[in-house]
Amino acid sequence: MTDTNTVTSSEQEIRSEVRTWLEQNWDPDSTLLAWRNKLIDSGWGVPAWPKDWHGRGLTIGLGDAVDDELRQAGAVSVAKTGVRMLAAATILEHGTDMHKEKFLRQLLTGEDTWCQLFSEPGSGSDLAGLTTRADFDGENWIFNGQKVWTTSAHHAQYGMLLARSNWDVPKHQGMTYFLIDMEQPGVEVRPLRQMNGHASFNEIFFTDAKVAPEFMVNKEGVGWKVAMTTLAHERRLADGIRSWGRGDKGNGRVYEEQKAEIATVMEPYKWYPQRAGRVDLLIERAKATGKFDDPTVRQAIGKVLIMAKAAEWTGRRVKAAHALGRPPGAEGSLGKLAGSQVARLAAQAHTLIAGADAMLTNDDGAMDGLISEILISVPAESIAGGTDEIQRNIISERGLGMPKEPRTDVDRPFRDVPRNTVG
Amino acid sequence: MQFTFSDEQEEFRLIVRRFMDDKSPTTEIRKLMDTDDGYDKAVWKQLSEELGLPGIHIPEEYGGQGFGFIELCIVLEEMGRALLCAPYFSATALAATAIIEAGTEEQKLALLPDIASGQTLATLAFTDTTGNWEVGSTEVTAEPVGNDSQASDSQANSFQLKGTKSFVVDGHIADLLVVAARTPGTTGAYGLSLFTLPGSGNGIKRRLLKSLDPTRKLACIEFDNAPATLLGELNGAGATLPHILNLAAVALASESIGGAQKMLESSLDYAQLRMQFGRLIGSFQAIKHKCADMFLEVELARSAAYYAAAAAAEQTADFPAVASLSKACASDTYMKAAQECIQIHGGIGFTWENDTHLYFKRAKSSEVFLGDPNYHRDQLVLRWEN
Ligand SMILES: Cc1cc2nc3c(=O)[nH]c(=O)nc-3n(C[C@H](O)[C@H](O)[C@H](O)COP(=O)(O)OP(=O)(O)OC[C@H]3O[C@@H](n4cnc5c(N)ncnc54)[C@H](O)[C@@H]3O)c2cc1C
Repeated sequence: MTDTNTVTSSEQEIRSEVRTWLEQNWDPDSTLLAWRNKLIDSGWGVPAWPKDWHGRGLTIGLGDAVDDELRQAGAVSVAKTGVRMLAAATILEHGTDMHKEKFLRQLLTGEDTWCQLFSEPGSGSDLAGLTTRADFDGENWIFNGQKVWTTSAHHAQYGMLLARSNWDVPKHQGMTYFLIDMEQPGVEVRPLRQMNGHASFNEIFFTDAKVAPEFMVNKEGVGWKVAMTTLAHERRLADGIRSWGRGDKGNGRVYEEQKAEIATVMEPYKWYPQRAGRVDLLIERAKATGKFDDPTVRQAIGKVLIMAKAAEWTGRRVKAAHALGRPPGAEGSLGKLAGSQVARLAAQAHTLIAGADAMLTNDDGAMDGLISEILISVPAESIAGGTDEIQRNIISERGLGMPKEPRTDVDRPFRDVPRNTVG
Repeated sequence: MQFTFSDEQEEFRLIVRRFMDDKSPTTEIRKLMDTDDGYDKAVWKQLSEELGLPGIHIPEEYGGQGFGFIELCIVLEEMGRALLCAPYFSATALAATAIIEAGTEEQKLALLPDIASGQTLATLAFTDTTGNWEVGSTEVTAEPVGNDSQASDSQANSFQLKGTKSFVVDGHIADLLVVAARTPGTTGAYGLSLFTLPGSGNGIKRRLLKSLDPTRKLACIEFDNAPATLLGELNGAGATLPHILNLAAVALASESIGGAQKMLESSLDYAQLRMQFGRLIGSFQAIKHKCADMFLEVELARSAAYYAAAAAAEQTADFPAVASLSKACASDTYMKAAQECIQIHGGIGFTWENDTHLYFKRAKSSEVFLGDPNYHRDQLVLRWEN
């Protein structure tokens, strides 16, 4: 039998190095900003980032080990929630040094919030069909058009903006990617109320909004390629995005400030854990309600547990293979699709457990409305970040090498492609 | 916890896969499934002598290869993929595991080397004709022979079995039977013991059952005061048999994911070959999405089976729960993959000539054998510790 222990000696070294650093530096009574700046300076805030940019160039696996040490010490981490890490990954890969200098640190301290200005009323799944105009007036890029479903836009300083700069080439070749300052007169943000009553996404209207040319990312016309980087991280980071709004527990100024951050900045996202189905509550709820004795309820719970655990282990397999430098298999693209199935199965099981109470909400509902919030939040999971159908297209074409469907929209100038008239 | 295979394990898998590709083409499967024995003696000899597969997880001191449960699962996954017709699951996954887990040192020394060398075909008989997979359900009894307290050790281990076992894999050809039976007058898991006896001994009547899956032979065995020897402790099987069956469930899950993977590959091959409406059927989204879902399910079931095998090897506390998890997941996945594979093939998928039905039938027998997915889902939830 071979030695199958995957804890490498370097992981142990790294862990003990972090622990020592935390012993000397972690201070629950410092301000949130001061602490995060210190953590960023040390390179332990985002250890998998490059050395030149706040990181230590560690593998993702070792980065996770560092995060684990922080958690164990009860130390607050850098700001990682929401789409900010998608902005960061995109800037790290395609941005200039000026972009990295200007944006990365404030993004990690939590001072700056970002939003992803991709979807439009006329184009969601078909992102490359977008029609927000980008025109260069000799001095600045000028934007006109509408974005929608833009999470965080109502409190974001900056946005990742994909817009059309050329209408005379096929759709994928006419887009350019920009980093836009949201706090300007040409940008109007209107919150949209969701089916669960919360308002975490918005619609955005651009009327002659401006971006200076140096805030274009990569080159004119290669926006699609840059957007692919953002989207690849969105699929990969889906779990982190879901964990939005869970705070650390402890006493001290840092914790208080983090609590305040969660209470205000994170308020619209309180429902995020619920949209993933809250598998963690199932058995506890079934026992508390006496439904655990019902074999049909146990079947429903069993189905969720199988999906959820198998998906978790698939993620671990992908990471372990990655850590050994083995080529990634197509299984990496499966997590998002598994996640929305877990969420749906969990909602079914929660319904069985709640019984008639599933009809009630808020303080009349089970767990003060938390259960009903699961039931009416889960539908987001199979849409946000690319629908299940689009994931299946990607998995079958890129993962399994199956032929693409014939297309009528890519062989002609975008100008001539039929598109939605409303919106 | 191990989440990847070592380079040695990957290499071992390749060796096994090459052997299976070579020895178990569908022409062979079709030939063997029509025979009563159901296997090719020359191939069995080769896989025993050249690869040492029957003794893969048997410790070296008992004549085995001394590898672990993970290696056994690798072998089974490859055998499932190739649908190898051989009395392997019965001898190694069931009987050898039972003897390793329940036998005394002396019994292991006496019984395991011949199983490891492939000379003795063995199996485990634990289910009655009711087909109930619950450990405590058997009504086969074991009466001690000679109640003399002065009896010698070997006499104290002598019993007579009475009753009928069914669904015994390869029970019609096994040289050695390991049988679960109870002390008369007891019920449930209490009073259960394991016994060994030669397959062709006195008081035994065996009948090959007509099985839906012709690649997995099942037998019904009647014991009429058949002389048997106690394996391990008297009334000890209530403790050992559940673990043996959990290990068997993971072994079967591993075999099943091999078959499910084959169904996915076969679906993809055909989808990229067959044209309708002027294009490959694999370019239709309905077919692509089926394949994407199949791929997702196969990978999830694979992760569950690998995790369960590692949990068995490392003897983790969550093993009983994840054993049931892996069985339920693999059974559902294999069945669904086989169904979809037929669907993607259209009419030809329903023919005898097409190979898909061979796998479909194995998927069906694996779905039910050792407990169906509902049973194991329930076990999973009851065993789950938060
Ligand atoms: C909670 C939430 C947060 C979001 N946050 C953001 C954000 O921050 N920034 C942002 O830019 N966007 C965001 N979105 C938008 C999201 O990315 C889109 O809603 C999604 O990509 C689907 O686009 P659509 O709504 O236009 O639906 P459509 O693309 O019109 O899809 C309608 C239906 O058609 C199906 N369909 C479309 N094309 C195909 C195809 N080729 N094959 C098969 N079926 C197809 C879809 O699967 C779907 O079922 C968010 C959405 C939600 C729900």
